[in-house]
Amino acid sequence: MKRTMNRGTLALVATIAMVSSLGAQTVAITGGKVYPVSGPPIEGGTVLMRDGKIVAVGKDIAIPGDAQRVDATGKWVTPGLIDANTNLGFGDVGFSAGQRELRAKGHDGIAAGFQVWLGFNTQSVMIAPAREGGVTSVVAAPSGGLVSGQAAIVDLNGALALTDLLVKAPATMVAQIEDNDDAKVGASGELIGRLRDLLEDTKTYMRRKSDFERAQTRPFVATRRDLEAMIPVVEGRETLTLIADQAAEIREALSIAKDFGIKIVIAGGAEAWTMADKLAAAKVPVLTGAENNIPGSFSTLGMRQENAGLLRKAGVQVALIGNGAGDEELFNIRNLRYEAGNAVAYGMTWDDALRSITLSPAEIYGVSDKVGSLKAGSEGNVVVWSGDPFEFSSRAEQVFVRGKKIDAPSRQDMLAKRYQTLPPKYNTP
Amino acid sequence: MRKVVFAAAFSVLACSPAKGSQAPAPKVSATGDSTKPKVTKDTTTTAGRGAFSEPFADPFPSTYKPFPSKTTVIRNVTILTAAGPRITNGAILLKDGKIESVGASVNAPADAVVIDGKGKFVTPGIIDVHSHLGVYPAPGVEANSDGNEMVRPVTAYVWAEHSVWPQDPQFPRNLAGGVTTLQVLPGSGNLIGGRSAVLKVVPARTVQGMKFPGAKYGLKMACGENPKRVYGNKGGPMTRMGNVAGYRTAWIEAEQYRRKWDKWNADKKGDPPARDLNLETLAEVLRGDILVHNHCYRADEMAQMIDISHEFGYKIRAFHHGVEAYKIADLLAKEGIGAAIWADWGGFKMEALDGIRANLALTQQAGAKTIVHSDDPSGSQRLNQEAAKGIAAGKELGIDISEDQAIKWLTINPAWALDLDSKIGSLEAGKDADVVLWSGDPFSVYTRAEKVWVDGALLFDRDDAAEQWRTDFDLGYVPAVGGAQ
Repeated sequence: MKRTMNRGTLALVATIAMVSSLGAQTVAITGGKVYPVSGPPIEGGTVLMRDGKIVAVGKDIAIPGDAQRVDATGKWVTPGLIDANTNLGFGDVGFSAGQRELRAKGHDGIAAGFQVWLGFNTQSVMIAPAREGGVTSVVAAPSGGLVSGQAAIVDLNGALALTDLLVKAPATMVAQIEDNDDAKVGASGELIGRLRDLLEDTKTYMRRKSDFERAQTRPFVATRRDLEAMIPVVEGRETLTLIADQAAEIREALSIAKDFGIKIVIAGGAEAWTMADKLAAAKVPVLTGAENNIPGSFSTLGMRQENAGLLRKAGVQVALIGNGAGDEELFNIRNLRYEAGNAVAYGMTWDDALRSITLSPAEIYGVSDKVGSLKAGSEGNVVVWSGDPFEFSSRAEQVFVRGKKIDAPSRQDMLAKRYQTLPPKYNTP
Repeated sequence: MRKVVFAAAFSVLACSPAKGSQAPAPKVSATGDSTKPKVTKDTTTTAGRGAFSEPFADPFPSTYKPFPSKTTVIRNVTILTAAGPRITNGAILLKDGKIESVGASVNAPADAVVIDGKGKFVTPGIIDVHSHLGVYPAPGVEANSDGNEMVRPVTAYVWAEHSVWPQDPQFPRNLAGGVTTLQVLPGSGNLIGGRSAVLKVVPARTVQGMKFPGAKYGLKMACGENPKRVYGNKGGPMTRMGNVAGYRTAWIEAEQYRRKWDKWNADKKGDPPARDLNLETLAEVLRGDILVHNHCYRADEMAQMIDISHEFGYKIRAFHHGVEAYKIADLLAKEGIGAAIWADWGGFKMEALDGIRANLALTQQAGAKTIVHSDDPSGSQRLNQEAAKGIAAGKELGIDISEDQAIKWLTINPAWALDLDSKIGSLEAGKDADVVLWSGDPFSVYTRAEKVWVDGALLFDRDDAAEQWRTDFDLGYVPAVGGAQ
C-alpha cells in the first residue's frame, strides 16, 4: 500500500520536474576533458543538456543552434558528486541550537516508518556550500535508535518544493548495529536478535495482515507503520543500510542478509577491509571514508585509511563518505572530493575514487538511471572543474543541477566578501 | 560510524559536561597552611622547593633526549624553508640533531646517509598548537577522558601533562602526518582550564620524556558557549557576562598573589605567603612567563578578551578556533595576537556559525600571525591539506597566498605562538632538525609524509613498516600505521 503511494509520489516528481524545466534552455558544455564515469574519458568532449536532462555525451555531437554554449576547454567535466550519507537539510546548526529533524523517538529503538525527508528544509543554508564542492545529490539520512528510519536522495537544485528535489524516497532503510545503548539493548547479541525479530515479524505480518487488523496475531516487535515500511526491505526491493564498524558486526550483518535474502549496504565499515573477500562474495557494498585511522573506540580498532582501496581491490563496491571528524555530514559535505583524493593517496585508483562519489552510490541506491554519470537520459547534474576535482587547487567553476547552472553564493561567500575590507559595509553584499 | 568519532570530537571541541560533581575546592596551599602541624624555623633551608611559589618553577622537568641520529643529507629536493623563498633542487644537511646547512648544495660528510629527493619536498616539522592527544586518547573511553577538569569554572591549578597518556596510539599517527611538536591543551569546558604541555612527538615511557626542553607553559582559557553550558546549572557562569566576571575575578586575585610572592621572593623576609597552585599559574601569566592560549569563536568576544588582558596587564598569545577572526583581523594584527584557526570548520554550533574558508587568507592579508591548528586527532595528521584549502579560498577572493607563505602557517607561526621560534619552525642552520620529507608537493591531496626526523633522528619512515613506532596499545590491537598491506 505504502509502496503504491511512493510510486505515486515519484510520478508526481517527474511531472513537476518536466513542467518546471519547460523553459529551460539547451546547454552544450564543449571542449572539456569529460569523465562520463559510465564510460571512458573523452578528451574535448561535449555534454548536451535539454529540458534538465542530458541528451548526448560524446566527441562529435551536433549542437543545436539555440543551445547556450559553455566553453570548457582545459577544464574537467564530471557528473555531479553524490554524498551517500549526510544529515543535510535537517537543521543547520549541528549542536546546541535549533531544531534537529534527524532522530525519531520510535518504539524501543525501532522507527522504520519514520520518513526523515518530511522534515527536510529545502532552504537550508548548508546546501549552497555542499554544491560549491561539486556535490549535486545527497542521501539525506536519519540516525539513531536501532532502525533509524527511511532516507531519501535529493538533488541540490535549490528548489523550494520538496517534490522538486526528491530523486528517490524512500531510498533506503537505515539501521545501526554498532551502538547498543542507542539501540536500547544490552549487548550485540540482543541487538541482532531484535533486528531478526523485526524481519521475521514483517514476513508474518505480510502473510497475515487481515488477522493483524482483527488483532488475531501474536504481538509484533514493531507498529503497523514500521512493519509496512519494512515490507520492501524484506522483499528485497529496498536496501537496508546497516551502520557497522567492527568485523563482528559486519559478520552478523552478512549473516542476516543471507538468512533473509535481503539486500544490505554496510555504512562506516571501519574494519570492513578484514572481511573484504566475504563482502565481495556476498556483493555487499560499503560506504566508508579515507581520512580516518584513529582507533577511536574498541569497535573501530582496525580503522585505516587504506580501507576503501583494499575493499575495492577485493571487488567490493565502495561509496566514499566523510568519516573523519568535524562536520563532514553538514558544513563540510563540500569536502567529499578530498575524501576521494585521500583514498587515492591510500591505494585506490583515481577512476575508482571518482566512481565512488558518483556512479557507485547511485548504483548502490538504485538511481543510476537518474544521477551519477554523464549519459543520455540522466539528469543534467554536471560539474565543470578548473582541474583535477580531487585537488585543493581546483574548484567547481560551474555547477549544473537538473540542467540549470546554479551560482547562488553561499552565506559563507557573502560573509567573506563583506569582511574582505575592514571595517565592513553593513549593507553589502 | 562517525557517531563514535563525533562523540569524541564534541567532548573535546564542545566540551560536553562530564559527570562532574560540585566537589569542594581542593586544598592546594602548602606552606602557611595553619592546619600543618610542624613549621620549621627556617623554611628556606629545610623545606622542598614545593614550599615556594617561584617564577618558572619546573617540578616535572623534561627528561627528553634526542634519539640516536645519523648524519643525513637530502639532496635534489624542493625545500620550503619557512624562512624565505623556496629552494628548488636544493639540499639540506642534518647533523648531531641540528640543521647544519641548507642551500642549493651542501657538503655531504663521508659518513652521511644521502637521500635523493627528486620530485619530493622538504619542510620543517609541522607544529600543532591545539591538540588533545594523550589527554583525550584513543580509544575514547570514559576511563581515559582526562582533558576537562569540569568541577569549577577556574582550574588554573591543573596541568595537562598530568593527564597525558604516552601510549595514546594517536601519537605515532600524528608523527606520520609530519607533526613533530604538539601543544596539548586542557579542554574548553572551563573559563580557565589549566596549563598546556608542549611535547615532542616521540615515543617515551613518561610524559616527561616527551616534554619539549625549555618550552614555556601555556594557559588555556575559553570564551563563549562551552563554559556557560557546563556551569549554567552548576552555580554559573550561566551567561557570557557571567563568563567575563569570572575571568576578571580570577585575575584580581592573581594580581594580589603575584605582588605578595614577588615581594617575598625578592627579600625572603618572614614566613612565605601561602602557596596556591591556581593563583600561581595565573601569577605566572601576569609575569609573562606563561603564554595565554584563548579558545574563542566570536569576534566581539575576542575583542572583549583583549580588553580584559589590557585591564590586567597580560598578553594573549593566540586565539584558538577564532572562526570569526577575519572580522577583527586588523585588531589581531595591531595587538600582535596569533590566529590559530581551522581551514573550514564551522556551523556545528551557534558561535561557529560564521566560519568561512577564507579565514586563513583574510587574517594573513590583514597582517595577523596566521596559524593552522587542528583540535582534532584526525585533522592534525593533514594540517598540510588544511593549509592547501586556505590557499584555494584566498585565490577565490583574489588573495594570492604563496606556498612559501602557507608553510609558515604550519611551522614558524605556530613555533612563535609557543615562543619556540628560535629553536624550531624553519629550516635554518642551528635549529633543531625536525624535518619532513614529503612524497611531493605538500599542498597536494595525493602527497604523504614519507620520512620524519625529530632532532635529526629518523622516527617515521613510510617505506619501512617494520621500524614504525607502535604504542603499547597498538600491540595486538591495531594493524601497523601506514604500512602498505
